[in-house]
Amino acid sequence: MNRRTLLAGAALALAMGGTAFAGSHGPTKACFVYVGPIGDGGWTYQHHQGALAVKEEFGDKVEIAWQESVPEGADSERVLTQFALSGCNIIFTTSFGYMDPTNTVAAKFPDVKFEHATGYKREHPNVSTYDARFYEGRAVIGTIAGHMTKTNKIGYIASFPIPEVIQGINSYYHHAKKVNPDVELVVTWVSTWFDPAKEADAARAMIDQGVDVITAHTDSTAPLAEAAKENGAVVGFGQASDMAAFKPSPRVASIIDNWAPYYVKRVGQVMDGTYEQVASWAGMPEGEVVIGEITEAVPPEVKAEAEAMIAAMTAGEYHPFTGPINKQDGTPWLAEGEVADDGTLAGMNFYIEGISGSVPQ
Amino acid sequence: MIRLEKRPQPSQFWTAFTPVLAVMLTMVAGGILFAILGKDPFVAIKTIFWDPILGDFAFYYRSQLLVKGAPLILIAIGLSLGFRAGIWNIGAEGQYIIGAICGAAVGLAFYPMEARWLIFPLMILAGALGGFLWAMIPAILKTRFNTNEILVSLLLVYVAEQILASMALGPLRNPEGSGFPGSRNLRQYEAASNQELIANSGVHWGVIAAFIAVILAYVLLNRHMLGFQIRLTGQSPRAARFAGVRPNLLVVFCLGASGALAGLAGMFEVAGPAGQISIDFNVGYGFTAIIVAFLGRLHPVGILLAGLLMALTYIGGEAAQATLGLPAAAIQAFQGMLLFFLLAVDVLSNYRVRIGTTEAA
Repeated sequence: MNRRTLLAGAALALAMGGTAFAGSHGPTKACFVYVGPIGDGGWTYQHHQGALAVKEEFGDKVEIAWQESVPEGADSERVLTQFALSGCNIIFTTSFGYMDPTNTVAAKFPDVKFEHATGYKREHPNVSTYDARFYEGRAVIGTIAGHMTKTNKIGYIASFPIPEVIQGINSYYHHAKKVNPDVELVVTWVSTWFDPAKEADAARAMIDQGVDVITAHTDSTAPLAEAAKENGAVVGFGQASDMAAFKPSPRVASIIDNWAPYYVKRVGQVMDGTYEQVASWAGMPEGEVVIGEITEAVPPEVKAEAEAMIAAMTAGEYHPFTGPINKQDGTPWLAEGEVADDGTLAGMNFYIEGISGSVPQ
Repeated sequence: MIRLEKRPQPSQFWTAFTPVLAVMLTMVAGGILFAILGKDPFVAIKTIFWDPILGDFAFYYRSQLLVKGAPLILIAIGLSLGFRAGIWNIGAEGQYIIGAICGAAVGLAFYPMEARWLIFPLMILAGALGGFLWAMIPAILKTRFNTNEILVSLLLVYVAEQILASMALGPLRNPEGSGFPGSRNLRQYEAASNQELIANSGVHWGVIAAFIAVILAYVLLNRHMLGFQIRLTGQSPRAARFAGVRPNLLVVFCLGASGALAGLAGMFEVAGPAGQISIDFNVGYGFTAIIVAFLGRLHPVGILLAGLLMALTYIGGEAAQATLGLPAAAIQAFQGMLLFFLLAVDVLSNYRVRIGTTEAA
């Protein structure tokens, strides 16, 4: 940080005067910035459920505020500043693209806690990051997909080639292949987190290619709605949220992002003064990644296998990336019994052996 | 009965007054919308139009009006030149993106050199040139092959978005970003950063450029032969040809100028408020600027006011979301109403409303 921004920050802090400090006497204010609409039924919806859980837990002692559909980039910086000025004590920024704005605004408001989801930059002591091990969920639905496919073609609607998505693709394919060596994976990149029309188009294109199990790494329910038109021939999974409206088929299971435990914990720590900077990456053991009900459309023995895997991951006995696994070009990545380290996973930018196509550059 | 009678020539009074009327009608209809959503319409309108200028945090918002308004004004000024002459550049968003990429690429190429006197001016040139060249594609296709510049320029936006994504993931990616998409943050690179010139004023070089563009456009249209030719071509293409206007040259000039200005806006944005090239760097300034150009009656001073008004609805709209809990969609609908009413009341400047029986013409 240079001198000019430092001065700007000081002036801003002075100017906001009493308003921000009033917060410490009244209820603690927790604020949430969402990338999509709450009604997306997926990613943003789940974050909002977490926000509501905070309110539920602490009642009158907290006040929550949120803003939806905030574009990533320069606009989010203004929204964050606005929240900080209006007396928020802790601000959750729930998308990767808020990373730099979060750090920029955090520099100007050292007394406000900032929590950035899925990022890696913690440039100031008041910035923490949190993420969930979604690839654990992908392992379970990959197993189900491998058993359920009749055409041996399974699909993955992918948003952006960031490590989180690549982890998901690799984990999904790896576990489908384990139970069905003939399985082939079709990846479609849609370059958006939330665009129901694009997501539906991608699902439709896959179905036309003979794909009969679809999973999505985007935020809407559109892929499931598209699968539903095939009268049971195509199945899929709830993504981020349970998407229970599509039960029992095409939605045969789901990966639920459960942010509530983390949000309640962090807001509680702000209230009792035990808050510290962290880089949290929790999964099934902490209850942050949950598999929704596996419906009767899945054969009982497959369901039992999936549940055994969930139990093993929850107990910390199984890691989805356990060797032997080779990279796409055939070079060894993990030796027999070797487990991927978090550093490699956090920067994952390669496919594992067997996946066709390449990671977009 | 009520009927419309075409005026022999547009009414000067209504041409000037319809934007004001449109804003007032938007407030009324928007107020009704907010009331239906269960919010006090007066508080909502006050939050959107009043608080950012004179409310508690106006010291921050006023600067943001300039930050948000400057790219809109800069782009709209360029577009208005073409629009006056009947040359429709709908792809300013694409030129904005390419300008940003070129500007950022030049800056990043010099990293970590400290010669700001060299790097920053080069970035400005690169930004303008990038936008200019991108606009030359529809210009040359139109002058050589008589293609439709509306379609070509619009579709090139989507090409530019793909280039943007590949730049954020590939050549311009931050080498210290552990594989995550997005370039280095130019704001943290002193020599290439478009900082605020006066702390907390919001005034950066892009704001200065926008004001200069307004003045130059005014001089061009009122004092210069080329400006006369532009106006003449818009009013009467045949007369223009007799007056010695070379239509192809005019197409190249209008598209080139609007492209260069859009490219400049992109460059100032990426080096300043946005800070980095990321997959979703563009947030629609190029399209919103079309509304700004028409709201400002294609007049440089009108565009200046319209750009600030549009910025106000964005910033006030965000404030209304955060403080009143209005959904994002309601704010977007509110902004949509503004354009709708503007086009609707436009009829008054071209037609006279007659109440009574039909008269013989």
